[in-house]
Amino acid sequence: MTQIIGTYGSLLISAMGQTLLLALCGLFFGCILGVIFGLASVVDNKVTRAISAVYVHIIRGVPMIVLAFFVFYGLPYGLRTILGIRYTFSPLQAGTICLAVNCGAYMSEIIRAGIQAIDPGQMEAARSLGLSYWRSMFRVVLPQAIKNMIPSIVNQFIITLKDTSILSVIGFPELVNKAQNVIAITFKSFETWAIVAVMYLIVILILQQVANALERRLSRGRK
Amino acid sequence: MAENKTEVKIHVKDLKKSFGKKVVLDGVTTDIYNGEVVCVIGPSGSGKTTFLRCLNKLEEATSGEIIVDNFRISDKKININKVRENIGMVFQHFNLFANMNVKRNIMLAPVDLKKETKEEAEKTAMELLKTVGLEDKAESYPSQLSGGQKQRVAIARALAMKPDIMLFDEPTSALDPEMVGEVLAVMKDLAKAGMTMVVVTHEMGFARDVADRVIFMDDGIIMEEGTPEEIFTNPQNERTQAFLNCVL
Repeated sequence: MTQIIGTYGSLLISAMGQTLLLALCGLFFGCILGVIFGLASVVDNKVTRAISAVYVHIIRGVPMIVLAFFVFYGLPYGLRTILGIRYTFSPLQAGTICLAVNCGAYMSEIIRAGIQAIDPGQMEAARSLGLSYWRSMFRVVLPQAIKNMIPSIVNQFIITLKDTSILSVIGFPELVNKAQNVIAITFKSFETWAIVAVMYLIVILILQQVANALERRLSRGRK
Repeated sequence: MAENKTEVKIHVKDLKKSFGKKVVLDGVTTDIYNGEVVCVIGPSGSGKTTFLRCLNKLEEATSGEIIVDNFRISDKKININKVRENIGMVFQHFNLFANMNVKRNIMLAPVDLKKETKEEAEKTAMELLKTVGLEDKAESYPSQLSGGQKQRVAIARALAMKPDIMLFDEPTSALDPEMVGEVLAVMKDLAKAGMTMVVVTHEMGFARDVADRVIFMDDGIIMEEGTPEEIFTNPQNERTQAFLNCVL
């Protein structure tokens, strides 16, 4: 164990760096997608609601590893044979797309549920004063909804962070991918996977602490 | 506010509203004049609340004509937000913004819609809180107030936009009995000040004392309307008689 940490520790830590980089990219675009599709699923418009529902259903119904293979191997092949465009994604690009699309779908569900949990009377009161739909949404409904959504959003962040491990299959040099390399050299799978597990655990515990502090801060003064 | 009592503030003609197959309003026609206080009474499910909510387009009328303040709000193209600035509404369940304290609840609309600067709005808010007797609650959050206090804040919030018309949707129905009086007192003052008011209520005493006109609704139509004396002491329609026998 100490020998692995001594020899490959820095390699594994930099691999964790890659994991975090991928998770951040995925979460960033995932949040954007989540907000767009989440709002699209609550506005009074059948078309945007349908689009949002289809998106969520597709992503929920497809395992992420299939999505990863599809984006990394399938899409470039499709672009070339159908449209004649030669383009290949780097593992980071493909990984970001997968995570973002995946995280975005779940995030949009969290946002939809969070908004719908707010008493419609809040929106009506704001509208009755002359505020537009979006002003009412951003001033009155969302601030209340976000507070309730935070635990679910943190949960989704953690899931997305762990989902980066799936992208080892397309060769992105994140922690699981690098751990496999270490085992291929040392044959010490028990020690290596134990170290990897503890590394994930530490990062996620830190994330959870940050989230708790944020939640406390947001709920201060309001009841 | 109320010098010219002959000016029509709200004109409603043959208003119909259905939710799916269910007809809730089946042709309501009435005119409400400047400074008039109209109480709408009737059994639950009679369409009173829907009628009120059509007046500021919280419900879209299925057909018919509604003109408020010379704005034809039954028209699809009308900028309803502009019209609503001039129509205050008070809800049965208060609907104070839970994420804001009392003062910010009142200041939100005037500041956001650029009717007043922050300083002006704060001054207005404090004046309004004084008139409803709650200046000491400016920094409280809605969850810290009693029902009666919440409803008085809600009235102050609606008044902050300096509306010409106030709509009240069963403003005392969700209150504990001992808090009804404080809310009705604020509404009485408002009526005395000449505000045009449409009040959906089960408070027959209030309707009798304050209303210029009482409308009795049942089955989505106006069954009978008249002065409080006419309605309460000498109702013509047998449905009105039956209803009043139950509630008085």
